Amino acid sequence: MLVYFLKRIAYLIPILVGVNLLVFGMFFLVNTPDDMARQALGEKADSPEQVQTWKELHGYDLPLIFNADAPGLQKFSETIFCKKSLAMFWGDFGNSDSTGKSILGEIQNRVWPSFALALPIFLGTLIANIYLAMKLAAARGTKLDRAGQFLCVILMSISSLIFIIFGQYLASQKLRLAPVSGFATGLAMTKFLILPAVVGIITGLGSGTRLYRTFFLEQLSQDYVRTARAKGLPEETVLFKHVLRNALIPVLTNIPIYLLSLFTGNLLLEKFFAIPGLGGFTIDAIAAQDFAIVRAMVFLGAVIYIIGLLLADLAYTIVDPRIKL
Amino acid sequence: MSWFLQNSIVILLLALAAWLAFAASKREYWRLAAKEVAAKRGALVCGVILACYLFVALLDSIGWTSPMRDDQGELLRNNSGEIVYDQGESILDKLLKPLDRRREVSYSAPLADKNYTAETQVTEDGQSLRVHNSLNHPRGHLLGTDRIGKDVLWLSLKSIRTGIIIGLLTTLIAIPFSLLMGVMAGYFGGWVDDIIQYLYTVVSSIPTILFVAAFIVIFGNGLPQLCIAMGLASWTSLCRLLRAETLRLKEAEYVAAAKALGTSSWKILFRHIVPNVLHVILITTVLRFSSEVLAEAVLTYLGIGVGADTMSWGTMINDARTELTRDPVIWWKLVSAFVFMLGLVLPANIFGDALRDALDPRLRTQ
Repeated sequence: MLVYFLKRIAYLIPILVGVNLLVFGMFFLVNTPDDMARQALGEKADSPEQVQTWKELHGYDLPLIFNADAPGLQKFSETIFCKKSLAMFWGDFGNSDSTGKSILGEIQNRVWPSFALALPIFLGTLIANIYLAMKLAAARGTKLDRAGQFLCVILMSISSLIFIIFGQYLASQKLRLAPVSGFATGLAMTKFLILPAVVGIITGLGSGTRLYRTFFLEQLSQDYVRTARAKGLPEETVLFKHVLRNALIPVLTNIPIYLLSLFTGNLLLEKFFAIPGLGGFTIDAIAAQDFAIVRAMVFLGAVIYIIGLLLADLAYTIVDPRIKL
Repeated sequence: MSWFLQNSIVILLLALAAWLAFAASKREYWRLAAKEVAAKRGALVCGVILACYLFVALLDSIGWTSPMRDDQGELLRNNSGEIVYDQGESILDKLLKPLDRRREVSYSAPLADKNYTAETQVTEDGQSLRVHNSLNHPRGHLLGTDRIGKDVLWLSLKSIRTGIIIGLLTTLIAIPFSLLMGVMAGYFGGWVDDIIQYLYTVVSSIPTILFVAAFIVIFGNGLPQLCIAMGLASWTSLCRLLRAETLRLKEAEYVAAAKALGTSSWKILFRHIVPNVLHVILITTVLRFSSEVLAEAVLTYLGIGVGADTMSWGTMINDARTELTRDPVIWWKLVSAFVFMLGLVLPANIFGDALRDALDPRLRTQ
């Protein structure tokens, strides 16, 4: 088990390096520090001197990958690649280009509002999807199943923008059930989170239910289901005890991926409902053309996904005894 | 982009599609699949609706410039005596001209005969009145007009092209990468497979929305940028599917026979493997189409989509967002964008499901 775990980690390192190189290529080779400076300064103030000052101020005045003027190992360490890209591996995301604040500090502040919104959405979606998919699978072939499936397709075909705009209009403007947008700390945050959470759950309902329904149906055609029925077990027991457990394997093992990706935040909901999380942070950075923050978020998003992948892999080996290490 | 280039691309794509359809019609497998889809009435209706949308987008993609004329009908020439051309119009522009010319001052409700906003008028005896002025074209706007007085029906129709381009071009950009890499990884195995798997694991570990955000921050907003960004972010999943399909096909008897006859690897790839994975590409294109159209609206709202000057359902929804707070509510622009979008995405979803069931029974959801 330990050997397998170590092997998997060793396999992930080149992928992390690849992501780092890709991010470096996009942000420094395709879009050079000079381009960045010109974009930040605007057309009116992009003389060579001003560009140089801006680069010095934000630490982009080093050579990209090889510093011929520096002595010894500093030839490699005193470069943009090392200081701005590799440094992200040890959590040094540098400072924001537009505000100068530490990005790591901002991330630490904003990760919890993101998580507070994402967790109820995740749990709510999971429970609602499993329940509805179970109902549809139990009613397979009937009118209820067909109607349910059609409803799922309709839900999938509606833009999430429509859900949030009409959700806000109905709940906040017409019925005055929840505040339009905003955020508070402590228990007071509940009233701000409830509307975006409900909207988020409805958005994921169609595709999730449809997918889980296929998981259940796949299991229903297995031999053990026939055996259980032959034993005379009631359909309810077969469904909720035997089928549910097996059908949930692909769902449960993917939980680490979803769970970790919750930390990067939901860009759309956070922007729309003005929740000060990481999604909103990213969107603000895009609007301000703050490359440092976008770079950090892209790298962080990928690292989180890769760690989730590793955990999912491990969860799979634990849940499914047929998989031998 | 010049009209000449755009027209050539459109005609080239049409010719390619026609050739593929012709080649497919000769094969039993595709004919049976077409029959199966056509036998389902719902799928057939959805296919017809999709064809209508595609036709409108096509009309909006072919166009030409015409020489400008002065009031006397004489050709306008610049200082060096060359004929001056206008910006050019698509066929759809020419067809919808009457609709586009019906401008109002500002908002008006669907089929209204008065302006939405009232204006203050001073009567002869010095009293000021709030009056809703008559529209320039009373009852002439089926879906009303927007803030700057443009006809909403016209806006919705002009947005169709953007939606179709996003839905199709994104996957079209991804196909060459995915096809070449997926087939090679599956067929050759070994270190080729290792490198390609490594590449797509790296790219797919960056969350799509963040990848698109990074791309748009670097290259700016716009329809081409968005299509390329989404294409580059999404080639990995198709590549994985094609690799798996090739692994399966590699064991087929006809491949073994070709090998025994001494056919070269590349020839086997292009003659025997590629034609037999095309159904995976078609299914993926159609199934992905709807999610790309939906993604455009969200990305545009987030500021990482098409620019504000491109007509799209995303920009329409974005403009209309604050209109719901007005009293009486201005709902028509939002609802129009929503209905037009649903009218494209829902049939695409239903048609895609039917197509998948017909082409690949293993992927059937029962």
